[in-house]
Amino acid sequence: MFVQFTTWDIVRNLLEGGKWTLALSLIAFVLGGTAGLLVLFLRMARNRVAQALAKGYIELFQGTPLLMQLFIVFFGLPLAGIDVSPWLAAALGLTLFTSAYLAEIWRGCVESVPRGQWEASASLALGFTQQMRHVILPQALRVAIAPTVGFSVQVVKGTAVTSIIGFTELTKTGSMLANATFQPFLVFGLVAAGYFALCYPLSLYAKSLERKFHVAR
Amino acid sequence: MSLVSISGLHKHFGTNHVLKGIDLQVEQGDVIALIGRSGSGKSTLLRTINGLESIDEGELVVDGTALHHGEGDLRALRQKVGMVFQQFNLFPHLTAGQNVMLAPTVVKKLSKKETEDIAKEMLLKVGLSDKFHAFPDQLSGGQQQRVAIARALAMRPKVMLCDEITSALDPELVNEVLAVVQQLAAEGMTLIMVTHEMRFARDVGNKLIFMHHGRIHESGDPRIILADPQTPELANFTRAVM
Ligand SMILES: Nc1ncnc2c1ncn2[C@@H]1O[C@H](COP(=O)(O)OP(=O)(O)O)[C@@H](O)[C@H]1O
Ligand SMILES: [Mg+2]
Repeated sequence: MFVQFTTWDIVRNLLEGGKWTLALSLIAFVLGGTAGLLVLFLRMARNRVAQALAKGYIELFQGTPLLMQLFIVFFGLPLAGIDVSPWLAAALGLTLFTSAYLAEIWRGCVESVPRGQWEASASLALGFTQQMRHVILPQALRVAIAPTVGFSVQVVKGTAVTSIIGFTELTKTGSMLANATFQPFLVFGLVAAGYFALCYPLSLYAKSLERKFHVAR
Repeated sequence: MSLVSISGLHKHFGTNHVLKGIDLQVEQGDVIALIGRSGSGKSTLLRTINGLESIDEGELVVDGTALHHGEGDLRALRQKVGMVFQQFNLFPHLTAGQNVMLAPTVVKKLSKKETEDIAKEMLLKVGLSDKFHAFPDQLSGGQQQRVAIARALAMRPKVMLCDEITSALDPELVNEVLAVVQQLAAEGMTLIMVTHEMRFARDVGNKLIFMHHGRIHESGDPRIILADPQTPELANFTRAVM
Protein backbone atom coordinates (compact mmCIF):
# COMPACT_ATOMS: atom_id res chain seq x y z
CA MET A 1 0.00 0.00 0.00
CA PHE A 2 1.24 3.43 -0.87
CA VAL A 3 0.31 6.34 1.35
CA GLN A 4 0.89 9.92 0.33
CA PHE A 5 2.29 12.02 3.22
CA THR A 6 1.78 15.74 3.25
CA THR A 7 4.29 17.86 5.15
CA TRP A 8 1.61 18.41 7.75
CA ASP A 9 1.27 14.62 8.17
CA ILE A 10 4.99 14.43 8.79
CA VAL A 11 4.93 17.25 11.32
CA ARG A 12 1.89 15.80 13.09
CA ASN A 13 3.56 12.42 13.45
CA LEU A 14 6.79 13.99 14.60
CA LEU A 15 4.93 16.01 17.22
CA GLU A 16 3.44 12.75 18.48
CA GLY A 17 6.94 11.25 18.72
CA GLY A 18 8.24 14.46 20.29
CA LYS A 19 5.68 14.09 23.06
CA TRP A 20 7.31 10.79 24.02
CA THR A 21 10.76 12.36 23.89
CA LEU A 22 9.54 15.03 26.26
CA ALA A 23 7.82 12.51 28.54
CA LEU A 24 10.89 10.29 28.66
CA SER A 25 13.16 13.28 29.38
CA LEU A 26 10.94 14.44 32.22
CA ILE A 27 10.69 10.99 33.77
CA ALA A 28 14.42 10.36 33.48
CA PHE A 29 15.14 13.76 34.95
CA VAL A 30 12.73 13.56 37.88
CA LEU A 31 13.38 9.92 38.80
CA GLY A 32 17.08 10.25 37.95
CA GLY A 33 17.28 13.35 40.14
CA THR A 34 15.66 11.54 43.05
CA ALA A 35 17.88 8.50 42.67
CA GLY A 36 20.85 10.82 42.14
CA LEU A 37 20.18 12.47 45.50
CA LEU A 38 20.24 9.04 47.11
CA VAL A 39 23.53 8.16 45.40
CA LEU A 40 24.91 11.54 46.47
CA PHE A 41 24.07 10.81 50.13
CA LEU A 42 25.80 7.44 49.87
CA ARG A 43 28.77 9.02 48.11
CA MET A 44 29.18 11.64 50.86
CA ALA A 45 28.43 9.28 53.76
CA ARG A 46 31.07 8.51 56.34
CA ASN A 47 30.49 4.80 55.81
CA ARG A 48 33.29 3.48 53.57
CA VAL A 49 31.19 0.71 52.03
CA ALA A 50 28.43 3.14 51.06
CA GLN A 51 31.03 5.48 49.58
CA ALA A 52 32.63 2.72 47.53
CA LEU A 53 29.28 1.46 46.25
CA ALA A 54 28.20 4.92 45.15
CA LYS A 55 31.57 5.61 43.56
CA GLY A 56 31.43 2.33 41.65
CA TYR A 57 27.89 3.06 40.51
CA ILE A 58 28.86 6.50 39.22
CA GLU A 59 31.97 5.22 37.46
CA LEU A 60 30.09 2.33 35.87
CA PHE A 61 27.53 4.61 34.25
CA GLN A 62 30.03 7.31 33.33
CA GLY A 63 32.47 4.77 31.89
CA THR A 64 30.11 2.96 29.52
CA PRO A 65 28.07 4.22 26.54
CA LEU A 66 24.42 4.94 27.21
CA LEU A 67 23.53 2.58 24.39
CA MET A 68 25.20 -0.37 26.17
CA GLN A 69 23.35 0.52 29.36
CA LEU A 70 20.07 0.41 27.47
CA PHE A 71 21.00 -2.89 25.81
CA ILE A 72 21.81 -4.42 29.15
CA VAL A 73 18.52 -3.31 30.67
CA PHE A 74 16.52 -4.29 27.57
CA PHE A 75 18.17 -7.65 26.85
CA GLY A 76 19.50 -8.45 30.32
CA LEU A 77 16.35 -8.16 32.41
CA PRO A 78 14.45 -10.70 30.22
CA LEU A 79 17.30 -13.17 30.88
CA ALA A 80 16.53 -12.75 34.57
CA GLY A 81 12.91 -13.55 33.78
CA ILE A 82 11.70 -9.93 33.87
CA ASP A 83 10.03 -8.80 30.68
CA VAL A 84 10.51 -5.16 29.81
CA SER A 85 8.86 -3.14 27.08
CA PRO A 86 11.06 -0.71 25.11
CA TRP A 87 9.30 2.11 27.00
CA LEU A 88 10.14 0.68 30.42
CA ALA A 89 13.69 -0.18 29.38
CA ALA A 90 14.19 3.32 28.01
CA ALA A 91 12.82 4.99 31.15
CA LEU A 92 14.83 2.73 33.47
CA GLY A 93 18.05 3.01 31.47
CA LEU A 94 17.91 6.79 31.20
CA THR A 95 16.97 7.16 34.85
CA LEU A 96 20.03 5.18 35.94
CA PHE A 97 22.24 7.14 33.55
CA THR A 98 20.85 10.47 34.78
CA SER A 99 21.15 9.55 38.45
CA ALA A 100 24.84 8.73 38.09
CA TYR A 101 25.68 11.96 36.29
CA LEU A 102 23.60 14.18 38.55
CA ALA A 103 25.09 12.55 41.65
CA GLU A 104 28.56 13.39 40.37
CA ILE A 105 27.64 16.96 39.37
CA TRP A 106 26.05 17.53 42.76
CA ARG A 107 29.00 16.01 44.59
CA GLY A 108 31.15 18.74 43.08
CA CYS A 109 28.67 21.34 44.33
CA VAL A 110 28.57 19.82 47.82
CA GLU A 111 32.36 19.82 47.93
CA SER A 112 32.41 23.51 47.01
CA VAL A 113 30.78 24.24 50.39
CA PRO A 114 33.62 25.22 52.76
CA ARG A 115 34.81 22.64 55.31
CA GLY A 116 34.06 25.11 58.11
CA GLN A 117 30.34 24.66 57.43
CA TRP A 118 30.63 20.93 58.11
CA GLU A 119 32.68 21.56 61.24
CA ALA A 120 30.41 24.25 62.64
CA SER A 121 27.31 22.12 62.13
CA ALA A 122 29.04 19.03 63.52
CA SER A 123 30.12 20.98 66.59
CA LEU A 124 26.46 21.84 67.15
CA ALA A 125 25.72 18.09 67.34
CA LEU A 126 23.86 17.86 64.03
CA GLY A 127 23.93 14.39 62.45
CA PHE A 128 25.01 13.76 58.87
CA THR A 129 21.53 13.91 57.37
CA GLN A 130 20.71 17.06 59.36
CA GLN A 131 23.94 18.68 58.22
CA MET A 132 23.16 17.88 54.60
CA ARG A 133 19.55 18.99 54.78
CA HIS A 134 19.88 22.20 56.77
CA VAL A 135 23.41 23.44 56.10
CA ILE A 136 25.16 21.89 53.13
CA LEU A 137 22.50 21.26 50.48
CA PRO A 138 20.89 24.73 50.69
CA GLN A 139 24.30 26.21 49.91
CA ALA A 140 25.20 23.59 47.30
CA LEU A 141 21.85 24.14 45.58
CA ARG A 142 22.75 27.67 44.53
CA VAL A 143 25.84 26.36 42.78
CA ALA A 144 24.05 23.31 41.41
CA ILE A 145 21.17 24.91 39.55
CA ALA A 146 23.06 26.04 36.44
CA PRO A 147 24.99 22.77 35.76
CA THR A 148 21.86 20.74 36.54
CA VAL A 149 19.78 22.61 33.98
CA GLY A 150 22.74 22.33 31.62
CA PHE A 151 22.80 18.56 32.08
CA SER A 152 19.09 18.32 31.32
CA VAL A 153 20.09 19.12 27.71
CA GLN A 154 22.20 15.94 27.70
CA VAL A 155 19.22 13.96 28.96
CA VAL A 156 16.97 15.24 26.17
CA LYS A 157 19.58 14.38 23.56
CA GLY A 158 20.22 11.04 25.28
CA THR A 159 16.62 9.98 24.69
CA ALA A 160 17.43 9.68 20.96
CA VAL A 161 19.51 6.58 21.70
CA THR A 162 16.41 4.76 22.96
CA SER A 163 15.16 4.64 19.34
CA ILE A 164 17.64 1.79 18.83
CA ILE A 165 15.81 -0.50 21.24
CA GLY A 166 12.61 0.36 19.40
CA PHE A 167 11.09 3.03 21.60
CA THR A 168 9.01 5.30 19.38
CA GLU A 169 10.15 8.74 20.38
CA LEU A 170 11.16 11.59 18.08
CA THR A 171 14.14 9.95 16.37
CA LYS A 172 12.43 6.59 15.87
CA THR A 173 9.35 8.33 14.47
CA GLY A 174 11.67 10.22 12.15
CA SER A 175 13.34 7.03 10.87
CA MET A 176 9.99 5.44 10.15
CA LEU A 177 8.73 8.53 8.36
CA ALA A 178 11.95 8.83 6.36
CA ASN A 179 11.51 5.26 5.16
CA ALA A 180 7.88 5.80 4.29
CA THR A 181 8.20 9.17 2.59
CA PHE A 182 11.62 8.85 0.91
CA GLN A 183 12.27 12.37 2.16
CA PRO A 184 14.98 11.75 4.76
CA PHE A 185 16.48 15.20 4.50
CA LEU A 186 13.18 16.97 5.20
CA VAL A 187 12.21 14.53 7.95
CA PHE A 188 15.52 14.54 9.80
CA GLY A 189 15.77 18.29 9.36
CA LEU A 190 12.46 18.58 11.18
CA VAL A 191 13.62 16.05 13.81
CA ALA A 192 16.73 18.12 14.45
CA ALA A 193 14.59 21.25 14.69
CA GLY A 194 12.47 19.47 17.28
CA TYR A 195 15.46 18.65 19.47
CA PHE A 196 16.74 22.17 19.06
CA ALA A 197 13.40 23.60 20.14
CA LEU A 198 13.60 21.51 23.32
CA CYS A 199 17.28 22.02 24.10
CA TYR A 200 18.03 25.58 23.12
CA PRO A 201 15.76 27.24 25.70
CA LEU A 202 17.30 24.98 28.36
CA SER A 203 20.84 25.97 27.36
CA LEU A 204 19.89 29.64 27.35
CA TYR A 205 18.30 29.25 30.76
CA ALA A 206 21.36 27.46 32.12
CA LYS A 207 23.61 30.23 30.83
CA SER A 208 21.48 32.97 32.32
CA LEU A 209 21.44 31.13 35.67
CA GLU A 210 25.20 30.83 35.53
CA ARG A 211 25.57 34.56 34.90
CA LYS A 212 23.14 35.35 37.69
CA PHE A 213 25.09 33.16 40.06
CA HIS A 214 28.41 34.75 39.18
CA VAL A 215 26.98 38.21 39.71
CA ALA A 216 25.44 37.17 43.03
CA ARG A 217 28.77 35.95 44.32
CA MET B 1 34.96 14.68 89.28
CA SER B 2 36.29 17.26 86.86
CA LEU B 3 33.99 18.65 84.17
CA VAL B 4 36.50 17.77 81.47
CA SER B 5 38.98 15.02 82.11
CA ILE B 6 41.63 14.10 79.57
CA SER B 7 44.19 11.39 80.16
CA GLY B 8 46.95 9.93 78.05
CA LEU B 9 45.59 11.49 74.88
CA HIS B 10 47.58 10.83 71.70
CA LYS B 11 46.84 12.04 68.20
CA HIS B 12 48.69 11.39 64.95
CA PHE B 13 48.20 12.86 61.50
CA GLY B 14 49.85 10.15 59.44
CA THR B 15 53.39 9.94 60.77
CA ASN B 16 53.10 13.33 62.46
CA HIS B 17 52.70 12.72 66.21
CA VAL B 18 50.76 15.87 67.08
CA LEU B 19 49.53 15.25 70.63
CA LYS B 20 51.95 13.24 72.73
CA GLY B 21 50.09 12.24 75.85
CA ILE B 22 47.92 15.06 77.13
CA ASP B 23 46.62 14.94 80.71
CA LEU B 24 44.27 17.74 81.65
CA GLN B 25 41.55 18.30 84.24
CA VAL B 26 39.14 21.19 83.75
CA GLU B 27 36.90 22.15 86.65
CA GLN B 28 33.48 23.75 86.44
CA GLY B 29 33.99 27.51 85.96
CA ASP B 30 37.61 27.27 84.88
CA VAL B 31 38.76 29.76 82.27
CA ILE B 32 41.75 28.21 80.59
CA ALA B 33 43.99 29.98 78.12
CA LEU B 34 45.93 27.72 75.75
CA ILE B 35 49.02 29.32 74.34
CA GLY B 36 51.97 28.11 72.33
CA ARG B 37 53.71 28.37 68.99
CA SER B 38 51.90 27.76 65.77
CA GLY B 39 51.91 24.02 65.13
CA SER B 40 52.27 23.05 68.78
CA GLY B 41 48.90 21.25 68.73
CA LYS B 42 46.55 23.78 70.37
CA SER B 43 43.81 23.58 67.75
CA THR B 44 44.08 19.84 67.51
CA LEU B 45 43.65 19.52 71.28
CA LEU B 46 40.54 21.73 71.22
CA ARG B 47 39.13 19.86 68.26
CA THR B 48 39.52 16.49 69.94
CA ILE B 49 37.49 17.76 72.90
CA ASN B 50 34.35 17.91 70.78
CA GLY B 51 35.22 15.07 68.46
CA LEU B 52 36.13 17.07 65.35
CA GLU B 53 39.39 15.15 65.43
CA SER B 54 39.45 11.50 66.35
CA ILE B 55 41.58 10.29 69.24
CA ASP B 56 44.18 7.56 68.62
CA GLU B 57 44.80 6.72 72.23
CA GLY B 58 43.65 7.88 75.62
CA GLU B 59 40.43 8.90 77.29
CA LEU B 60 38.25 11.98 77.21
CA VAL B 61 35.32 12.52 79.55
CA VAL B 62 33.09 15.58 79.46
CA ASP B 63 30.48 15.75 82.19
CA GLY B 64 30.16 11.98 82.27
CA THR B 65 30.13 11.42 78.51
CA ALA B 66 33.24 9.48 77.58
CA LEU B 67 35.29 8.67 74.52
CA HIS B 68 37.69 5.74 75.01
CA HIS B 69 40.31 5.64 72.27
CA GLY B 70 37.92 7.60 70.07
CA GLU B 71 34.91 5.31 70.61
CA GLY B 72 31.75 6.73 72.12
CA ASP B 73 28.68 8.84 71.56
CA LEU B 74 30.01 11.82 69.62
CA ARG B 75 26.73 13.66 69.33
CA ALA B 76 26.03 13.39 73.05
CA LEU B 77 29.49 14.78 73.67
CA ARG B 78 29.00 17.65 71.27
CA GLN B 79 25.78 18.72 72.96
CA LYS B 80 27.89 19.45 76.02
CA VAL B 81 30.71 21.21 74.22
CA GLY B 82 30.22 24.46 72.31
CA MET B 83 32.81 25.61 69.83
CA VAL B 84 33.63 28.98 68.30
CA PHE B 85 35.98 29.10 65.32
CA GLN B 86 38.50 31.62 64.06
CA GLN B 87 36.58 32.01 60.78
CA PHE B 88 33.12 32.37 62.46
CA ASN B 89 31.62 29.72 60.13
CA LEU B 90 28.13 31.17 60.32
CA PHE B 91 25.62 29.57 57.97
CA PRO B 92 25.42 32.21 55.21
CA HIS B 93 21.97 31.21 53.96
CA LEU B 94 20.37 31.74 57.38
CA THR B 95 19.74 34.93 59.35
CA ALA B 96 21.49 35.53 62.66
CA GLY B 97 18.36 34.37 64.48
CA GLN B 98 18.05 31.24 62.33
CA ASN B 99 21.73 30.45 62.86
CA VAL B 100 21.11 30.42 66.59
CA MET B 101 17.82 28.51 66.33
CA LEU B 102 19.01 25.73 64.02
CA ALA B 103 20.63 23.33 66.50
CA PRO B 104 18.00 23.68 69.25
CA THR B 105 15.37 23.03 66.56
CA VAL B 106 16.85 20.02 64.77
CA VAL B 107 18.98 18.46 67.50
CA LYS B 108 16.91 19.15 70.61
CA LYS B 109 13.64 19.23 68.66
CA LEU B 110 12.34 22.21 70.64
CA SER B 111 9.28 24.11 69.41
CA LYS B 112 9.55 27.20 67.26
CA LYS B 113 8.46 29.38 70.18
CA GLU B 114 11.08 27.90 72.49
CA THR B 115 13.92 28.20 69.99
CA GLU B 116 12.93 31.76 69.14
CA ASP B 117 13.03 32.67 72.81
CA ILE B 118 16.44 31.05 73.13
CA ALA B 119 17.73 32.90 70.07
CA LYS B 120 16.46 36.24 71.39
CA GLU B 121 18.00 35.57 74.80
CA MET B 122 21.38 34.61 73.32
CA LEU B 123 21.52 37.46 70.81
CA LEU B 124 20.68 39.85 73.65
CA LYS B 125 23.51 38.36 75.69
CA VAL B 126 26.01 39.14 72.92
CA GLY B 127 24.50 42.60 72.35
CA LEU B 128 22.89 41.90 68.99
CA SER B 129 19.17 41.70 69.68
CA ASP B 130 18.54 44.14 66.82
CA LYS B 131 20.27 41.82 64.31
CA PHE B 132 17.89 38.87 64.55
CA HIS B 133 16.86 39.19 60.90
CA ALA B 134 20.24 40.19 59.47
CA PHE B 135 22.16 37.79 57.25
CA PRO B 136 25.82 37.12 58.07
CA ASP B 137 27.09 39.10 55.07
CA GLN B 138 25.27 42.16 56.43
CA LEU B 139 27.26 42.01 59.68
CA SER B 140 30.77 43.11 60.59
CA GLY B 141 33.32 40.47 61.53
CA GLY B 142 32.93 41.26 65.21
CA GLN B 143 29.16 40.96 64.97
CA GLN B 144 29.44 37.68 63.07
CA GLN B 145 31.70 36.25 65.73
CA ARG B 146 29.26 37.32 68.44
CA VAL B 147 26.44 35.57 66.57
CA ALA B 148 28.66 32.48 66.43
CA ILE B 149 29.07 32.67 70.22
CA ALA B 150 25.29 33.04 70.63
CA ARG B 151 24.79 30.05 68.34
CA ALA B 152 27.07 27.88 70.47
CA LEU B 153 25.47 29.10 73.71
CA ALA B 154 22.01 28.20 72.44
CA MET B 155 22.75 24.52 73.02
CA ARG B 156 23.50 25.38 76.65
CA PRO B 157 26.90 23.69 76.60
CA LYS B 158 28.81 22.80 79.75
CA VAL B 159 32.04 24.06 78.28
CA MET B 160 32.92 26.41 75.45
CA LEU B 161 35.95 26.02 73.21
CA CYS B 162 37.30 29.11 71.46
CA ASP B 163 40.02 28.74 68.84
CA GLU B 164 41.69 32.09 68.18
CA ILE B 165 38.31 33.70 67.84
CA THR B 166 39.70 37.21 67.43
CA SER B 167 42.54 36.39 65.03
CA ALA B 168 40.52 37.01 61.87
CA LEU B 169 39.14 40.34 63.11
CA ASP B 170 40.24 43.86 62.35
CA PRO B 171 41.96 45.24 65.48
CA GLU B 172 39.13 47.66 66.30
CA LEU B 173 36.64 44.76 66.45
CA VAL B 174 38.64 42.55 68.81
CA ASN B 175 37.47 44.14 72.03
CA GLU B 176 33.74 43.73 71.45
CA VAL B 177 34.27 39.98 71.11
CA LEU B 178 36.63 39.74 74.07
CA ALA B 179 34.10 41.67 76.16
CA VAL B 180 31.49 38.99 75.44
CA VAL B 181 33.92 36.23 76.41
CA GLN B 182 34.84 38.08 79.60
CA GLN B 183 31.18 38.41 80.49
CA LEU B 184 30.67 34.66 79.93
CA ALA B 185 33.61 33.96 82.20
CA ALA B 186 32.14 36.25 84.83
CA GLU B 187 28.84 34.34 84.63
CA GLY B 188 30.70 31.14 85.44
CA MET B 189 30.91 29.53 81.99
CA THR B 190 33.71 27.03 81.67
CA LEU B 191 35.98 28.17 78.86
CA ILE B 192 38.99 26.75 77.07
CA MET B 193 40.42 29.27 74.68
CA VAL B 194 43.36 29.32 72.34
CA THR B 195 44.49 32.92 72.25
CA HIS B 196 47.31 35.24 71.37
CA GLU B 197 45.84 37.97 73.55
CA MET B 198 48.25 37.54 76.45
CA ARG B 199 46.79 40.37 78.50
CA PHE B 200 43.37 38.83 78.15
CA ALA B 201 44.72 35.42 79.11
CA ARG B 202 46.28 36.88 82.21
CA ASP B 203 43.36 39.07 83.26
CA VAL B 204 40.46 36.72 82.53
CA GLY B 205 41.98 33.25 82.73
CA ASN B 206 42.45 31.38 86.00
CA LYS B 207 44.74 28.82 84.40
CA LEU B 208 47.28 29.04 81.63
CA ILE B 209 48.54 26.13 79.57
CA PHE B 210 51.64 26.47 77.45
CA MET B 211 51.85 23.82 74.75
CA HIS B 212 55.09 22.88 73.10
CA HIS B 213 55.65 20.11 70.53
CA GLY B 214 52.38 18.35 71.36
CA ARG B 215 52.81 18.36 75.11
CA ILE B 216 51.63 20.52 77.96
CA HIS B 217 55.00 22.05 78.68
CA GLU B 218 54.08 24.33 81.54
CA SER B 219 50.84 25.27 83.23
CA GLY B 220 49.56 27.18 86.20
CA ASP B 221 48.15 30.49 87.34
CA PRO B 222 48.68 32.90 84.43
CA ARG B 223 49.71 35.81 86.65
CA ILE B 224 52.44 33.68 88.19
CA ILE B 225 53.82 31.70 85.29
CA LEU B 226 53.77 34.57 82.80
CA ALA B 227 55.72 36.73 85.22
CA ASP B 228 58.10 33.94 86.13
CA PRO B 229 58.30 31.17 83.51
CA GLN B 230 59.88 27.95 84.78
CA THR B 231 61.00 26.70 81.36
CA PRO B 232 63.19 28.46 78.81
CA GLU B 233 60.62 27.64 76.10
CA LEU B 234 57.85 29.58 77.82
CA ALA B 235 60.28 32.38 78.61
CA ASN B 236 61.20 32.60 74.92
CA PHE B 237 57.58 32.48 73.91
CA THR B 238 56.44 35.23 76.26
CA ARG B 239 59.36 37.40 75.25
CA ALA B 240 58.36 37.00 71.60
CA VAL B 241 54.67 37.77 72.02
CA MET B 242 54.38 40.20 74.92
N1 LIG C 1 43.90 18.01 59.34
C1 LIG C 1 45.23 17.87 59.47
N2 LIG C 1 45.90 16.99 58.69
C2 LIG C 1 47.23 16.84 58.82
N3 LIG C 1 47.99 17.50 59.69
C3 LIG C 1 47.39 18.41 60.49
C4 LIG C 1 45.97 18.63 60.42
N4 LIG C 1 45.65 19.58 61.33
C5 LIG C 1 46.80 19.92 61.94
N5 LIG C 1 47.85 19.22 61.45
C6 LIG C 1 49.24 19.30 61.92
O1 LIG C 1 49.24 19.12 63.31
C7 LIG C 1 50.17 19.97 63.93
C8 LIG C 1 49.47 20.80 64.98
O2 LIG C 1 48.57 21.68 64.36
P1 LIG C 1 47.56 22.58 65.17
O3 LIG C 1 46.88 21.78 66.19
O4 LIG C 1 46.72 23.28 64.16
O5 LIG C 1 48.55 23.62 65.85
P2 LIG C 1 48.27 25.04 66.47
O6 LIG C 1 46.80 25.24 66.56
O7 LIG C 1 48.96 25.02 67.79
O8 LIG C 1 48.92 26.02 65.55
C9 LIG C 1 50.80 20.77 62.81
O9 LIG C 1 52.02 20.15 62.48
C10 LIG C 1 49.83 20.67 61.69
O10 LIG C 1 50.50 20.73 60.45
MG1 LIG D 1 45.55 26.68 65.61
